[in-house]
Amino acid sequence: MSQAPAPAAPARPTAGRGRNLELSEELKAYKGVWVFIEHDRGHVHSVSWELVGEARKLADQLGCPVSAIILGGADEGLEKFAAEAFSFGADHAYLMQDPVLKGYRNEPFTKGLTDLVNKYKPEILLLGATSQGRDLAGSVATTLLTGLTADCTELRIDPNTKALAATRPTFGGSLYCTIMTLAYRPQMATVRPRVMEMPRADATRTGTSSYDTLGLVETQIVTKLLDFIADAHSNKINLPYADVIVSGGKGMKTPENFKLVFELARVLGGEVGATRPCVQAGWVEADRQVGQTGKTVRPKLYIAAGISGAVQHRVGCEAADVIVAINTDVNAPIFDFAHYGIVGNAMQVLPALTQAFAAHLALRMRQVA
Amino acid sequence: MHIVVCIKQVPDSAQIRVHPVTNTIMRQGVPAIVNPYDLFSLEEALRLKDKFGGRVTMLCMGPPQAEEALRKCISFGADDAVLVTDRAFAGADTLATSYALAAGVRQIAKEQAVDIVFTGKQTIDGDTAQVGPGIAKRMGLQLLTYVSRIVETDLEARTITVERRAEGGVQVLKTSLPVLITMLENTNEMRFAALPAMIHAAAYPVRKWSKEQAGIEDLSKIGLKGSPTVVSKVFGPTPRTEKVEMLDLETSNLRDVSLNLIQKIFTRHPTLEADLLMKETA
Repeated sequence: MSQAPAPAAPARPTAGRGRNLELSEELKAYKGVWVFIEHDRGHVHSVSWELVGEARKLADQLGCPVSAIILGGADEGLEKFAAEAFSFGADHAYLMQDPVLKGYRNEPFTKGLTDLVNKYKPEILLLGATSQGRDLAGSVATTLLTGLTADCTELRIDPNTKALAATRPTFGGSLYCTIMTLAYRPQMATVRPRVMEMPRADATRTGTSSYDTLGLVETQIVTKLLDFIADAHSNKINLPYADVIVSGGKGMKTPENFKLVFELARVLGGEVGATRPCVQAGWVEADRQVGQTGKTVRPKLYIAAGISGAVQHRVGCEAADVIVAINTDVNAPIFDFAHYGIVGNAMQVLPALTQAFAAHLALRMRQVA
Repeated sequence: MHIVVCIKQVPDSAQIRVHPVTNTIMRQGVPAIVNPYDLFSLEEALRLKDKFGGRVTMLCMGPPQAEEALRKCISFGADDAVLVTDRAFAGADTLATSYALAAGVRQIAKEQAVDIVFTGKQTIDGDTAQVGPGIAKRMGLQLLTYVSRIVETDLEARTITVERRAEGGVQVLKTSLPVLITMLENTNEMRFAALPAMIHAAAYPVRKWSKEQAGIEDLSKIGLKGSPTVVSKVFGPTPRTEKVEMLDLETSNLRDVSLNLIQKIFTRHPTLEADLLMKETA
């Protein structure tokens, strides 16, 4: 049901077996790096800015401009988003305002984005790997009959072909593969939130804007958006953007022991994460899962308690500034990428750490005051 | 009501091992399972069938042994199963896969019109979430991804209302049949297969279609030729150059190790302590 790379025999781009791997003259005219800007209720999703930062690097290597693609309702302040996009590195913004584009729906957004691609011919199109970005990317790539690589962890320009070399974990993150779209344009890729670094905004940067029309009226759209129910609870768990995360794995033994994880996270003002097996066992909410099939995080401090450190988990947390691992098994793979390790029982180490952190922070508070 | 559920047979990723030297997947002895995400879609299809009557037809593209995955679905209560299998499909990426599966659905629809196509949200081996949207676009179906609940199905008016998981909330969407739905995980629980159903499934004649039987004529659209993406390199994770610093519990007590660790963390990340204190004040 999906991209099934066959890593047993790494294929070389030249080993085409009758495939067309040459870019046609017509497709060579496709220029520029585009980023689809995802926004909701007045805010742009940070992943879009992370992608603008990444697009800037790619465009500088190719010597081409970065464009932000902003679709939305007429009253959604798209110009403000364009100005933000310029500050993060975009040169141009393609804006499409239409009442039917208020609130994401697959049909009008697919048409809008596909029409823009066909009209202005970008060579690279990047989207966030969110529920919206994945829904849209798969639809647009199929409509345009071009290549799409999901959940990339690294984007580069291949020096030989000048094609986008998109690297992603495969087989649940046990291996990485680099995928290229050689004979089709645009080259599409999605990237999950927090995988790329947030670029620094430069308020003095400016850019140009242009407007296009969608050419659809509401009566032509089959799917109706009846309501949007904002969830209060899930908003509280914002793992990808947390500064401190304390995560627990199956080594915590019981759901009750997770209290120790929560207690340390509370003292540090951080969030609680978990591995896939803990989520599957129902010990914690799915929103807390860190890893390839969960959330990618980049906290300043990541404390892993009772986590073995399988690659599926590693790809979700290895970008943390400081990783502390507590595990009874000295040979656990978590110690291959942690900065500090304690071989011990998390049920004993966590309370001691909690107490030590609480005492230390209280002492420092008194000193500061 | 006629529902087609598309599934994939995948290696059980929990048991996948990578050869440490060659960086290749060691497939021997790794059991093949129905992609776990697909089961949430199958269960939802079976619930609709329980409610409205009709048929659930399974569809899979894969090697001949994928019929085992289809049999599993028959044991849960699906009525029929089609395996689209042909050497020409080998090397298909998501675009080529969606072409072959869309052809299969069309062929099934010739026998009986299809109201709903289900796929899993994504697979556990490819993790792309692209094939569902791909099939919908190729067939001109309305697309509802990340569905957390089917609120209402009105067969008279031929409409369906669902809740769809979005960033920061749930969209309530109403659309017309036919539609393609991908279910979000943990939105239902797969039923148990009863023993008679398992016996029925074990002997069930899964229909195997070649590319011709699936109605595919244009060979440039399938397999490697129909795949715009090229896998250029496969490699394992690069080991960190920096070695982990272990804090020994055997020579000092827990409290000292904790204090020592805190000092090391704050020395390594000088702004972190200030951040934590700021948070405390706030």
